Amino acid sequence: MKAAGTVERVDESPDAQRLATEARDRVRFEEDALALADQVYRVARHLVGSREEADDLVQETYARAFRSWRSFTPGTNLRAWLLRILTNLNIDRGRRQQRTPQMQPLEANDYYLYDRLAENGDGVTDEERVVERLSQDDIVSALSAVPHDFRDAIVLVDIGDFSYADAAQILDIPVGTVMSRLHRGRRILKRELADAAVEEET
Amino acid sequence: MKDPCAHCEEMMQPYLDHVLTDAEMLEAERHLDECEYCRRRYRFEESLRVYVRNAAAEQMSPELREKLSALRIPLE
Repeated sequence: MKAAGTVERVDESPDAQRLATEARDRVRFEEDALALADQVYRVARHLVGSREEADDLVQETYARAFRSWRSFTPGTNLRAWLLRILTNLNIDRGRRQQRTPQMQPLEANDYYLYDRLAENGDGVTDEERVVERLSQDDIVSALSAVPHDFRDAIVLVDIGDFSYADAAQILDIPVGTVMSRLHRGRRILKRELADAAVEEET
Repeated sequence: MKDPCAHCEEMMQPYLDHVLTDAEMLEAERHLDECEYCRRRYRFEESLRVYVRNAAAEQMSPELREKLSALRIPLE
């Protein structure tokens, strides 16, 4: 056979085909990951203290994700996979240790915040109006005052919309622990919000 | 017997998370049907959760978005 060109192409093709497939998979992975960046950022922003820290953490997360894209199993939850990288990096960077040692935070009973807000509300008891007595800033700063372990659970489940099971996997803790941290974290958050609201009155 | 409103307060988070058993769910709903005090506080908690989610919706900067795209590994 003298059709050298054809022969050559046949020889090369399994390899070339594999490379082409891999390149295509990688590009798709990168695009899928980038499409989730807003959601990843949203979670990151509240896991750490400042905007700058969040920017750094998200960049590191994507740099690592793009390098180790082969360890992602297609068809599984990419957002959870990215968040797992992010929370691990966050721990590695020792940000947790910089925080004040875990003091037993004060929790409010579940009706406490409503009662505090309604009490000072000139007779306004409508629940949607009462909630509007809190400012967006109140919420953001109250959230950052919640100790890390509890905040992680709130941020992943209540802000990031992860299931308990996904949050458990991301944080590498049992599902029951996610639930109890979430439960207590929300009470701590409400306590913080009540304190902020009362401070503004006085 | 326990104060029914205090008991209802304890069921609020699991109720809104849909993790109560059927029997507990029924118990909570029976109480809520007749108790304006608890009903109001449950609705407040629902609004609060939405409010927290919205307050936390901070956008990333366009610069960061560009930096992330630049981290992609170029094709050879």
